[in-house]
Amino acid sequence: MGPNGTGKSTLAKAIAGHPDYVITQGDVLIDGKSILEKETDERAREGIFLAFQYPSEIPGVSIANFLRAALQARMSEGEEIDASGYYKRLYQKMDLLKIDRKFTSRSVNEGFSGGEKKRSEILQMAMLEPRFALMDETDSGLDIDALKIVADGVNHLRGPNLGILLITHYQRLLGYIVPDHVHVMIDGRIVKSGDKSLALELESRGYDWVKQELATA
Amino acid sequence: MPEITDTMATTIENPVSGIDQSSGNFKYDMTYDFDAGTGLNERTVDYISSVKKEAPWIRDFRQSALKQFFAKPLPTHWASKDLENINFDKIRYYLSQGLKPKRTWAEVPEDIKRTFERLGIPEQERKFLAGVEAQFDSEAAYSNIKEAVSKQGVIFMNSTEGLREHPEIFRKFFGKVIPTGDNKFSALNSAVFSGGSFIYVPPGVKVSHPLQAYFRINAENFGQFERTLIICDEGSELTYMEGCTAPKFSTATLHSAVVELVALKGAKIQYITVQNWSSNVFNLVTKRGLAHEEAEIKWIDCNIGSRLTMKYPGVVLKGRKSRGEVISIALANDGQHQDTGAKMIHAADETTSTVVSKSISVGQGRATYRGVVHIPRHLKGCKNNTECDALLISTNSRTDTYPAITVRGDRHAVQHEASVSKVSAEQIFYMQQRGLTEGQAMSLSVNGFINDLARQFPMEYSVELKRLIDLEMEGSVG
Repeated sequence: MGPNGTGKSTLAKAIAGHPDYVITQGDVLIDGKSILEKETDERAREGIFLAFQYPSEIPGVSIANFLRAALQARMSEGEEIDASGYYKRLYQKMDLLKIDRKFTSRSVNEGFSGGEKKRSEILQMAMLEPRFALMDETDSGLDIDALKIVADGVNHLRGPNLGILLITHYQRLLGYIVPDHVHVMIDGRIVKSGDKSLALELESRGYDWVKQELATA
Repeated sequence: MPEITDTMATTIENPVSGIDQSSGNFKYDMTYDFDAGTGLNERTVDYISSVKKEAPWIRDFRQSALKQFFAKPLPTHWASKDLENINFDKIRYYLSQGLKPKRTWAEVPEDIKRTFERLGIPEQERKFLAGVEAQFDSEAAYSNIKEAVSKQGVIFMNSTEGLREHPEIFRKFFGKVIPTGDNKFSALNSAVFSGGSFIYVPPGVKVSHPLQAYFRINAENFGQFERTLIICDEGSELTYMEGCTAPKFSTATLHSAVVELVALKGAKIQYITVQNWSSNVFNLVTKRGLAHEEAEIKWIDCNIGSRLTMKYPGVVLKGRKSRGEVISIALANDGQHQDTGAKMIHAADETTSTVVSKSISVGQGRATYRGVVHIPRHLKGCKNNTECDALLISTNSRTDTYPAITVRGDRHAVQHEASVSKVSAEQIFYMQQRGLTEGQAMSLSVNGFINDLARQFPMEYSVELKRLIDLEMEGSVG
C-alpha cells in the first residue's frame, strides 16, 4: 500500500522487466537466482505474472487465441497444446469468474469495460498459473459486484504455490482479500510492515502519520 | 514439344542445339527445348508465336503490343523510380520447361529450406518451388478436377491450349477488359505472354469447388508473363485460387502477368491470390474484371515478398446493379515496396463497390495504397465504400496512401476511411509479460490486424497465411 506516485506500479513493472525501467541497484531473485538479465517473456515463463492496471488492447486477437498462444509459448518445441483440454479448462475458469462464454471470442481488452478488463486479467492469471502474481491496482475502476467477483477469483487461486503482491491504495479490497502481510511504500521504499491491522489503521488515519513518523525517526 | 518449321530455322538462332540453323535447310523432328534468348525485339515475339504455333491474328496482336510497349515510357512520374533498374535487355522472354535454369537442392539456401520445413510443404513441391525441379507432378490431381468440372461443361486449361482449342471464345473476350495499351506492362505481357489459365463456365453452372492453379503448378504456369482469362457466362459462379503461400525462388527478376475476368449477367467470380515472391522480383501485374448486369466480381489479393509489387485489381461495373469488391493484404518487409490498391470504375446505375485494404510495413519496408474510384455524372445510385488501414511495425517503416476519388452527380454515396497505427511498445510488453517472445508478440499483433480479412480466405490459405506471417515477423525482430 502507499499513496499515489510513490513507486508501487514502478516496482511491479520493474520486476516484470518493462523496457522503460533500468534497475541500477538491487536485484530480483527467484529461487535464489537473479532474473534481471532475462527478457520479459522469460521472466513470465519462469512464473511472474503482472495483472495490469491498464491492460493493452490487442485488436483482432481473441482472448481464447491469446491465452492459447501464451500457453503454447510455455511448451517445448514440437509440443502442441491439446485443444479440447484447453477449452475445457478455459470454460471451467470462466465459470468460476462468472464470465460469459461469448467473452472468449472478443478481442483482448478491445472495448472492454473497466470491470471486464480486470476480470480478463484474473482469467489470464488463472489459466497461466504463475508462481508470483503482481496485481497492480486490480480493484481500481470496479463496482462492488465486480470487486467481489475479482476477489473471489483471487481467493480461489490463493495457495501455497502462489505468492501474490497486491498493490492498492485502499483497504476496500482487503475486506474481500485478507492479506498475510501489509507493507507501506513511500517514496520508493518500504517504510512500514505489519499484518492486516496495519491496513485498517491506514484506512482510518491515512498515510500522513506514517510520513510524520518517518520524518521524526 | 512442337517441332520447328523450316522458315523459322532460317531466321532464328537457337543457342541450345549448338547447330547453326541459318545455314542449311533443316527439318527437326527431335524433342526440342525452346529459348527465345535474351532481349526483346520483333523476332523474339515472332519466335514465341512460332513455337506456340499461333494463328496469324494472335501473332499480329503480339507484334502490335510490342510496339506499344516500346512507345510507352515507364510510369515513373507517379510510380517508383526503382522501375528504372529493370534491364529489359537482360531478360529471357520465353523459355520452355526443359530450359528453366536449374540448381541442385544443395544450392538452395538454408533459410529457404527451413521456410519450406516450417510451412509443411511436401518434399516434391519444395524441389519445384526452389527451382530444383522444373515441374511438379500434380497432373493426376489436376486431371481429376478437370474431369469433374468438364462434366458441367466447364473449360479449364492452360491459356495456350485455350487459344488453340477455343479460339471463338478466347478471341471474343481476350484483351477486351485490359486493352494492350492499358499500361507499359500490360503491353509487355500482351507481346510475350505464355502460360496462365483459361476458364469458361457455361450459363447457370455453379462450380462447387474452387479451381486452383496450384493443381497444375509447373514452369509454364508459374511463368513470368502469365495470361489468364476467365469467363463466367450468365448466372454462373466460380472461385479461382492462384498461387500459394510457399515462397517462390525465381531466377527471373521480372514477372508481369495479366488477368482478365468477365462476369456476364448475374454471374459471380471470386479470384483469390496469395503470392510470396523472393525479394529480387519485380512483380508488375494488371488485373481487372468486367461485371455485367447484377454480376459480382471479388478480388482477394495477398502480397508478400518481392522487391517491388505494383498491382491494383479493378472492376469495371458495366451493368446495372453489378458489384465489385477488392480485399487486399500486403506485407512489406525490409527493402520491399508493396504498391497495391484497387480500381473501381462505375459505369452503370446502382452499382456498388467495396475496397478493404490492409498493409503492414516492417523494418524499412514500404506499403503504398493507390485507389481509383470513378463515378461519372450521368449515373445514379452508385455506392463505394473504401477502407484502408496501415500498420507500422518499426519506427522507420513507411506507408503512403493515394486515393483518387472522382464522384460527379449528386445521387451517390461514397465513403473513404483510412487509418495508420503502430504496434506500441506497451502492447508488446503486455504480450511478452504473458510469456510470448517479442517475435511471437509481433506476429500475433499482425495476425490480429488482418484477422477480419484473413477469415475470408479459404481455410487452408488462412492457416498458411498465419504461418507465413509468423515466419516474416520472426525474422524482423531482435
